[in-house]
Amino acid sequence: MSQAIEAPIEIGLPDAVEDFDHDRPWVVLVWNDPINLMSYVTLVLRKLFGYSEAEATRMMLQVHNDGKAVVSSGEKEKAEFDVARLHAHGLWATLRQD
Amino acid sequence: MLTRRIQRDRKGGYRLRLPPEERELLRSLPAQLREVMQTDDPSLRRLFPPAYPDDSEADDEFRRLMLEELLEGKLAALRMVEETASADHLNSEELESWLGALESLRLYLGTQLDITEEVYTGGIDPDDPDAPALALYGYLSWLQEEVVAALSSSLP
Repeated sequence: MSQAIEAPIEIGLPDAVEDFDHDRPWVVLVWNDPINLMSYVTLVLRKLFGYSEAEATRMMLQVHNDGKAVVSSGEKEKAEFDVARLHAHGLWATLRQD
Repeated sequence: MLTRRIQRDRKGGYRLRLPPEERELLRSLPAQLREVMQTDDPSLRRLFPPAYPDDSEADDEFRRLMLEELLEGKLAALRMVEETASADHLNSEELESWLGALESLRLYLGTQLDITEEVYTGGIDPDDPDAPALALYGYLSWLQEEVVAALSSSLP
């Protein structure tokens, strides 16, 4: 633990921080689960996002080995749309602001 | 040589070679899952996962907007399997529905059985009270692999 330092009396956040916050992209994550077949996850990623077989396989393996992978990103509405499509295909997908 | 159960045909569809008892099973399963889907069975949770796991307010709003369509899509896929369980040929839309219905059945059954990635390495113990359900899960997994292989061969 680091030592506490005396806080300044007033902290003024520059406006830019808020603007930056607004622009941060949303990312869609797919999480590993023991039920979905590896071949199925690869097929869904190819079909929904148009990834090549090699790219979809790389993402699927990242999900399998690391527990999760980012499969798409962008504005919030697009990320929500992608999550809904992944849920329609049974994948365990979530979104969050990067 | 082993013949695949589901194979692309020359007309852009798929030929389905399944024995009658498997077709009968596939025709009967959708109604069973549909019945469960009218309850709050916790084993359904993987069919309707959270979009915002750390923000219940955002998640409720997401569900409010999306749940009906998600549910309707899953029910439509189950209906399609019931209607086409006897077919010798499926078009790609019908086979996509088979893929979706198999996915829903496996998500429910796998969650109920608390499936792990290691389940198959030891085989199924016939004395296990879950043995019949595990065998069904294994069959549905194998069939889904067949459907995935057939549909993957059609992708660009």
